[in-house]
Amino acid sequence: MSVPRYWRKQQNRYRLRGTHCETCGRYFFPPRNLCPTCRRDGTIVDYEFKGDGKVRTYSIIRTASEDYDLQTPFVLAVVELEEGTCLTAQVICTPEEVYIGMPVKKAFRRIIADGDAGVIVYGTKFVPA
Amino acid sequence: MREVAVVGIGVTEFGEKWETSFRNLFVEAGAMALEDANMSGDQIDEMFVGNMSAGRFVLQEHIGALIADYAGLVGNHIPATRTEAACASGGLAFRQAYTTVASGLNDIVIAGGVEKMTDVGGSVTTDALAGAADREWEGLVGATFPGLYAMIATDYMHRYGLTREQLAMVSVKNHANGAKNPIAQYRKEITVEDVIRSTRVADPLRLLDCSPVTDGAAAVILCPMEMARQFTDTPIRVLASAQACDTISLHDRRDISTLDATVAAGKRAYAQAGVTPKEIGMVEVHDCFTIAEICAIEDLGFCAKGEAGKLTEDGQTALGGSIPVNTSGGLKSCGHPVGATGIKQVAEIVAQLRGEAGARQVDAEIGMTHNVGGTGATVVCNILGV
Repeated sequence: MSVPRYWRKQQNRYRLRGTHCETCGRYFFPPRNLCPTCRRDGTIVDYEFKGDGKVRTYSIIRTASEDYDLQTPFVLAVVELEEGTCLTAQVICTPEEVYIGMPVKKAFRRIIADGDAGVIVYGTKFVPA
Repeated sequence: MREVAVVGIGVTEFGEKWETSFRNLFVEAGAMALEDANMSGDQIDEMFVGNMSAGRFVLQEHIGALIADYAGLVGNHIPATRTEAACASGGLAFRQAYTTVASGLNDIVIAGGVEKMTDVGGSVTTDALAGAADREWEGLVGATFPGLYAMIATDYMHRYGLTREQLAMVSVKNHANGAKNPIAQYRKEITVEDVIRSTRVADPLRLLDCSPVTDGAAAVILCPMEMARQFTDTPIRVLASAQACDTISLHDRRDISTLDATVAAGKRAYAQAGVTPKEIGMVEVHDCFTIAEICAIEDLGFCAKGEAGKLTEDGQTALGGSIPVNTSGGLKSCGHPVGATGIKQVAEIVAQLRGEAGARQVDAEIGMTHNVGGTGATVVCNILGV
């Protein structure tokens, strides 16, 4: 991924910063700049998620694309945050440990490294709470 | 709106076609469809070509004109348009073609689809296909396309008690059908044991739960029903063509194990055609993974939620069952050249309704297709009848 494309969303990825619609009360991660419920009547503000949630569903990825190949096997999950928002993220635990409903919390982690000399991409993964 | 008929079909052999190029694949399918309709290329008013990712797979964009050029259709300078909705690109091409004929804008339109996937290595293919989901918020955290469907499978199995063996039976049934299809990529039968012992891709899905990487093309020709008998003795009516969308990401769905876009497109199609699921004699569903067929059977209303595993185990979705599913072999055994799949599904139903499906022949008067883009962000359903 190009540097500007990643840099643009860095604060969102590092801090689990999404958005919140003050009109209807919904929380968004990934961030949205338009509330799908209120559309132009919505008021969108930044919101940093507390980062507590639970595993809604998961898979153990055994075959990944090149960038993630060295990390296999890893746990991929849909995590439901306390605010009611769901996102896709890795969970740092063994394949045997993960289960539906498992409590997790956010953790700042390395996502991928672009070779020996390229950009290291950081972001949010989850760890057992 | 005018009544529309399919009067010609053409599908190339699916597989790893090392000797055939992107453009030649499509020309082969298009020529077969014209031949089938006893028609000259000069009679074509417009063309739509479904293609997901020629830009990644063969580094070629501007597909509409390229295909029209090599198909010999630029003499009349017809409009030629590429349609894209990931794996539903072909379905989109069909619906666009249908709409222009039904509205009276055009008389004769070709709807095709093509994908050439084997000119790049496996990791490029995996990466390109990941673009069918949300690159920024699914792909960049490590989600693969099989991984996303695997998360549907985990949720489904947890909630409805589907067994690993029942999931495998979807693949076994589709291979049994594909073994009877002369254009299928894998014309061989497999066993439940083969599936559950194959390489693990993304738990609980294994290699033989996944559709393969395939080269292939398909084309169909549509015209108003009132003109159809000029070209064929067996025109097949398009009773419905419906499309629906949903959130791009799996994590934003109302329900992980229900594809709401399938439910919506299905309901629209049934309403257009004035039929219920009970009247559908066979269906080609989008089995990019075994779990996708399980969800599709339920979301289209052929059984209640949670019962498709049992329906499959009881043989009701096999040839001779109460609702034969994927008589072509489906994406799993026939192959999945992404952009071509939605058109191949229509061609299979047309062949069935004409009584030309050979060893796969089902006795039915109405058939349906179900084509999915991504993990369910776009769905196209068509209903065809004699």
